Amino acid sequence: MKLRVDGLSVRFHLPGADVHAVTDARFELREGRCLALVGESGCGKSVMAHALLGLLPGNATVTGHARLDDLPGGGSLDLVTAPEKVLARQVRGRLIGLVPQSPAAHLTPVRTARSQIAETLRELGRTGESADTLAERAGLSPRDLDRYPHQLSGGMAQRVANALALAGDPPLILADEPTTGLDRPLVDATMAELRRLCDEGRAVLVITHDLRAAERVADEIAVMYASRIVELSPAEPFFSGPRHPYARGLLDALPSRRFVPIPGQPPELTRLPDGCAFLPRCSSATSACERQPPLHAGPAVNGQVVNGQFVEGQFVEGQFVEGQPVVGGQPALDGQAAGNGQTSMSRKVACHHA
Amino acid sequence: MLEARDITLSFGRHRVLDGVSLSLRPGEVLGLAGPSGCGKSTLARVLALLLRPSSGTVSVDGTVVKGWRHRAPQRTAIGLIFQQPRLAVDPRFTLLDVIAEPLRAARRPLDRAHELAEELGLTPELFGRRPHEVSDGQLQRACVARALVLEPRYLICDEMTTMLDASTQAHLVGRIEAYRERTGAGVLAVSHDAELLHRWSDGNVRDWNPAPAPARNADPAPAS
Ligand code: SF4
Repeated sequence: MKLRVDGLSVRFHLPGADVHAVTDARFELREGRCLALVGESGCGKSVMAHALLGLLPGNATVTGHARLDDLPGGGSLDLVTAPEKVLARQVRGRLIGLVPQSPAAHLTPVRTARSQIAETLRELGRTGESADTLAERAGLSPRDLDRYPHQLSGGMAQRVANALALAGDPPLILADEPTTGLDRPLVDATMAELRRLCDEGRAVLVITHDLRAAERVADEIAVMYASRIVELSPAEPFFSGPRHPYARGLLDALPSRRFVPIPGQPPELTRLPDGCAFLPRCSSATSACERQPPLHAGPAVNGQVVNGQFVEGQFVEGQFVEGQPVVGGQPALDGQAAGNGQTSMSRKVACHHA
Repeated sequence: MLEARDITLSFGRHRVLDGVSLSLRPGEVLGLAGPSGCGKSTLARVLALLLRPSSGTVSVDGTVVKGWRHRAPQRTAIGLIFQQPRLAVDPRFTLLDVIAEPLRAARRPLDRAHELAEELGLTPELFGRRPHEVSDGQLQRACVARALVLEPRYLICDEMTTMLDASTQAHLVGRIEAYRERTGAGVLAVSHDAELLHRWSDGNVRDWNPAPAPARNADPAPAS
């Protein structure tokens, strides 16, 4: 299965104003891969999640496509045009499992974890599967299932939420701010769980404002700013060298890095400029930036993953040479090995000067 | 100095704080690190004079606190910023009202609210908005301005930036640092994020590891 988002835009109509929540989003996500969509609160990333699940309010208009291709039974489906009946019966829970924001808050306090999981299985018509097997798949022991939500630690509540998301055996997992309010060890545990789901062969889309959480789990990073994806990159080269000035600023703001903020504030989604929305805050801006920069592919970056870090370079007569620029050559599929241990990646940036 | 001595506090049968002591000097940034649920937020509320402990004393610059909440004459000496700005403000207030509220209560001129709002990066068009019309980051900026508006001598930041993106986090910490340098206020930064605390406080961090005996580990005084 593959999720292919193509030109997806979401507008909300308010009295006297239109909110441009998502503009022309394009990305792909296939099984066994994890994409983290990062950005600050109000940039549109959660709206994207709701759009994929068909959970937007009535005043929203969605255009473009979000296709699920190569479905388990064959065929494909466009989440944008699918009627609510299809979304309810075939998509939510069955093709896309949602890991909600604060898992503990989504569990019914007066029922054990087992009864909640069993009910979800029943609702999805998965009578062949027992709550115990499902719990084990989510990393819980059957004993834990007899507990009530208040008896679960934060980590266990997270696993119960994951078990609920997995009940319909969905090929795509969507986690919307799964680490909000969790402390660091729990963030790490949650990310490890999501990584495991991904390594089992599911596609995982994580939506988060937490760059460090994203770094732990993602193969690819999409950075969203003022409703647009401004950088789409494999994770390793992104964290060692982000290209878009906003992405650079965000990483520089981390306490482990320079700990300096980006000056200014993002624009209102009701009044986005025609040109680059980052212009008023950008130190690299020129007059060219008054035109909207498209998200274009930069040159393919070749290199090798060494100790989990992507190092740019290439193989010359069987020897890896660091920092050697690539001459020509077609990029292989994003992040895929192109033979002899070499990896070729293509990165996309929406900036006139990146 | 803002000082808590031998604080014990129970909710029902659950003892959340057990003989905890902590002191914060003027001009200092002290980080208090620990996992969620360890009692550090409760201690932050006791230090902000919002919660009366079952036993133990809190003193502000040498004066022992006798009344709590609105009965504490020292309460304006201490500012508190919470993790979740939405739970910390009246939803009917505009952002400017949120910031000016302590000035009104203290019958002081309101001009300072404007200045602080701008220092915190809020633009005039946001002043009249209500909490549901702004993002978490914008609302937290207003809450930081509110905490600073009466120029407290001590400031307690309880997971102030947990919900926020890295840039807003760096900005708010930067504003609080500027305030501390200008006024010599003491800052207690409470968080589960040890990396943030180490950077912010230049390594002046107390680790609060509750298990198995929270009081011991949290107490800087030598065992007696
Ligand atoms: S296009 Fe690039 S350089 Fe120009 S303002 Fe936008 S981010 Fe800055």
